[in-house]
Amino acid sequence: MTDPDPLSTTAQILADGLVMIAATESADALRSVDSELLGKTAPLSQLKASMRDVAPELRKVLGQALNDARSAVESAIAERTIQFEAAARREQLAAEQLDLSEMVIDRRIGHHHLITQTRERLEDAFVGLGFTVAEGPEVETDWYNFEALNMPAGHPARSMWDTLYLEAGDPETILLRTHTSPVQIRTMMREEPPIYVVAPGRSFRSDTADATHLPVFHQIEGLVIDKGITFADLAGTIEAFVKVLYGDDRTTRLRPSYFPFTEPSAEFDMTTATGEWVELGGCGMVNPNVLVACGLDPEEWSGFAFGFGIERMAMQRHGLDDIREFVTNDIRFLSQF
Amino acid sequence: MKVTHTWLAEFVPGLLEHRVGGDADALGDVMSALGLCCEEVVRVGEGLDGIIVAEVLGLSPHPDADRIQLVQVATESGAEPLQICCGAFNMSVGDKVPLATLGTTMPDGMEIARRKMRGEWSNGMLCSSRELGIGEDHAGIFILDSSLVPGTPITDALGIVADAVFDLDLTPNRPDGLSVIGVARDIAGKLSLPFELPAIELAEAGEPAGSLATVAIGDPEFCGRFTARVLSGITIGTSPTWMQQRLTQCGMRPINSVVDVSNYVMLEYGQPNHTYDLGKVAGRHLGVRRARHGEQIVTLDGQTRPLDERDGVIVDGTDEAIGIAGVMGGQSTEISETTDSVLLELAWWDPSSISFTSKRLGLRSEASSRYEKGVDPEVGSRAALRVAELLVAQGATLHPGAVVAEGNLPAPSIVTVRTARVNALLGSSLSTEDIRGYLGSIGFECAPTDDSDITTVSIPSWRPDSTAEIDVVEEVARLHGYELLGKTVPKSSKGGGLSQRQSDIRTLRRFLADAGASEAMPMSFLAPGDLEACGVRADGVVVANPLVAEESVLRTSLLPGLVKTLGYNAAHRLTSISLFEVGHCFAQGPDGGLPLEWEEVAVVLGGRDARDAVELAHRVLALLSIEGATVRNRSVGGLHPGRSAVICVGDIEVGVVGEIDPSVTERYGVSERVGYLSMVLGGDEAWHGEAGVLSIPRSGDVFRPISRMPSSDIDLALVTDDSVGADEMAATLRHAGGDLVTSVELFDVYRGRGVTEGRRSLAFRLRVQAADRTLTDVELGSLRESLIGAAASAHGAELRS
Repeated sequence: MTDPDPLSTTAQILADGLVMIAATESADALRSVDSELLGKTAPLSQLKASMRDVAPELRKVLGQALNDARSAVESAIAERTIQFEAAARREQLAAEQLDLSEMVIDRRIGHHHLITQTRERLEDAFVGLGFTVAEGPEVETDWYNFEALNMPAGHPARSMWDTLYLEAGDPETILLRTHTSPVQIRTMMREEPPIYVVAPGRSFRSDTADATHLPVFHQIEGLVIDKGITFADLAGTIEAFVKVLYGDDRTTRLRPSYFPFTEPSAEFDMTTATGEWVELGGCGMVNPNVLVACGLDPEEWSGFAFGFGIERMAMQRHGLDDIREFVTNDIRFLSQF
Repeated sequence: MKVTHTWLAEFVPGLLEHRVGGDADALGDVMSALGLCCEEVVRVGEGLDGIIVAEVLGLSPHPDADRIQLVQVATESGAEPLQICCGAFNMSVGDKVPLATLGTTMPDGMEIARRKMRGEWSNGMLCSSRELGIGEDHAGIFILDSSLVPGTPITDALGIVADAVFDLDLTPNRPDGLSVIGVARDIAGKLSLPFELPAIELAEAGEPAGSLATVAIGDPEFCGRFTARVLSGITIGTSPTWMQQRLTQCGMRPINSVVDVSNYVMLEYGQPNHTYDLGKVAGRHLGVRRARHGEQIVTLDGQTRPLDERDGVIVDGTDEAIGIAGVMGGQSTEISETTDSVLLELAWWDPSSISFTSKRLGLRSEASSRYEKGVDPEVGSRAALRVAELLVAQGATLHPGAVVAEGNLPAPSIVTVRTARVNALLGSSLSTEDIRGYLGSIGFECAPTDDSDITTVSIPSWRPDSTAEIDVVEEVARLHGYELLGKTVPKSSKGGGLSQRQSDIRTLRRFLADAGASEAMPMSFLAPGDLEACGVRADGVVVANPLVAEESVLRTSLLPGLVKTLGYNAAHRLTSISLFEVGHCFAQGPDGGLPLEWEEVAVVLGGRDARDAVELAHRVLALLSIEGATVRNRSVGGLHPGRSAVICVGDIEVGVVGEIDPSVTERYGVSERVGYLSMVLGGDEAWHGEAGVLSIPRSGDVFRPISRMPSSDIDLALVTDDSVGADEMAATLRHAGGDLVTSVELFDVYRGRGVTEGRRSLAFRLRVQAADRTLTDVELGSLRESLIGAAASAHGAELRS
């Protein structure tokens, strides 16, 4: 049987189809409408199959109408699909809602010890001034800790350091370094000048722990050996690193003092934010005897050295009044900074 | 060392009138700028206005208090008596005493007002010498000279002058600073004022000293010079108030007229001296020798002291030791109330010998601390005259002549100083004249040479610390002033920066902190028994002279310190915390020589277990680009025996991981599980530790091409005995797969139904990929077979069915 008016039928099929699509209420329903309208047995497909029976003058017009109807149905289905997907996503998101303020969480992060923070700040300041960082062992021989530093056996200045000796080797030959100065000696013996190093590290003294003393503490020492190094270079370097660490408004001064390994020797002070002088450490021109002990010719090379306590600097900066906080390791202290 | 302003001025004419020198605070700064660090300037003799001489007219008991008496005093002749309540009972009617009148503010700030003491009015306060700030005595009221007129201001009556006391913290290289004249000399040089020792002219009388006493030096290396003088007509009493005042201000206790003079001259000239009761010195002879084994002596403090052959002693005519040279005199020849003639000794002793004896005996006296730093060998005869002058002023007679014996003194130093060298070291542009001017001002005699750049400097006898050109350079710097030397910044021709190892340690620290652990820094010391109790390496190095036993053993592991720290925090209800430390550990060295030392990182994970520690270990290894590390189950000291392993890279053990043995944590007050990880850092130097995570080769930083070929996964569930470590199995698979296997991941472990008791199934996923082609199914099949075969032959593994 041949449709007497296939063009009208097509228009009707399209109109009915669009109504069906619009009436679907789920993606599943849409899928069955899809096959109902576009499948092999669907009216549009059948009309297409019966084209050969249509009069040739009508065939072209009908073909065009069928194609248009098909794409109109397809795009209506696609549009309806997008609507269903969007609705499904909205539903899923609504179901996944969380109260982000009600989490049970571990807020703790780890902290670097204040000594490490201070030490790294100092190291960075000196690296910026062209220094490298040297380290060394904490157990030393008498030679590195005293003798090479212009303190032969029996030298009265040895009493400036209350030394902890170890039960190793001959009595009083092996000790816990009383300062990081042995690292200077090791550096001079290992490297050719020019030498620009800082040596931070642990030092040990036979001191009873109180608010300002610990038997174990940290120092940082600097050493410069080059041609033509002067006392003015020492004063300038100290001023430079103080300004790097504390700001350009700070200034420094040197006062005569005595250390066996430097000459001339000095204590150095810096100004606080409010302009008072505070003592920072000791320094001086490397004593020629020390250079000779390390195999350097004092007529060719000269240099300076300086050193100070890392704990003391950290205490000043952070307002601590008891050095024992550093070794108690109370987590409330450790995680404060 | 303390010195006073007026005392200094006796040797620096014009000091008190000088713009800077007359201002005590400014003068203190000058001393500091000279290296004679002035720690404090204290004003004394001020605040005595209102204190006058009063006469005691009557004494009566307080009606209502046993410890107070009522004193009637007259404040001027014939005046109405004033009633004072007084807690001291040492005065008698007619005594002259100091009275602080109403309205006076005492030196300590106390204000004197009229007040009632248990119902009786007190109209002022009678003063002790301590209350006047001129002495130490506080036992009773200071009884004044009876000739004083009531009403006289106490300052006039006692000759008290306002003064300033400078407290100097001297460095050990400046023995001259341990004397008033030494400090005065430096100040005079710095302020361009004259330095003068006042002339001493004394009449001598009686028998020559040489016929009254003899001296001899038996050990010329020990005693460089021995000077003796004889004084007779000695009366022991109290020394003049002005002398007591200065001694007190300078921290010495006045004792009697002879001892005070001795101390006064020691402070003034830096020359310790000793007075013997000449009548008690057997044979009237003083000799010097080293002590003999077994010899002993009773010193002035009444103690019997055994002597060592290295101690120097003073002996009498019978060769009996009567004093420890330079340290403390003996009791047998001590002066007393009955002493008439004294033998005065001034000597130069070898500093290191005195230092040895003083240390050995634990006896540090004012004398020994001067002798061990080096007393001026040339000042003795002058100081002897000064002692005599002060004793003669008290009525003694100085016998003619000094008795002197000579030993070997150190040769005076002559130093050549180059002007160019001075400027090269100081960064200055001083002329030769400038340099000579500075040196001359403090007694360093400068002689010109043919070369105008070179000066020959004679080092003065009071500066034994100065022996080389650099010492003289320091003197020039000191007198020129450090503040006048410039500030320049030298530039290194090499670059600065951290070494790879140093930045790796920073990275590691940062990572561990980010992983939630805070950095702890316990001390390196442990108590005896800690190492054993913690189950770690027990061959710790022992401190020979520890201050406390709890700090006498060096740690061989970071574990004990960290567990103790967890225990400390647990005691404060702070638990489930993670800590890490990077630090040095130590153990006994071969043959008891230089100890072993190495650097470690360790982490304790409070409230977490071995699995957390292993995960952290793997992440640390990944952080440091270490590939092919394996965790091998093994019992490790201090760790839970069933939850411990060593971390190996190849066959090198670089660390341990697991959980701390609960018996260890319990012992230190930690009641939760504690995961533990430690790794030796290693490095180039001996103290880095031989092999560690920072010293073993990394996976390298050379680009490895990334294959664009498709990859496949091979999943294998392999059943093995529990004793076969999963990491070992993974290593076998990785090895068997060769270059085709890009990763091996353990993704499941199964025990239970279908798997024999004591065995478990380990499920691995291997990603396989060739660099140059797509692998065929045939290739994949044969690779799978060879992997299964390797697992079977190495570990007895079978494929789970």
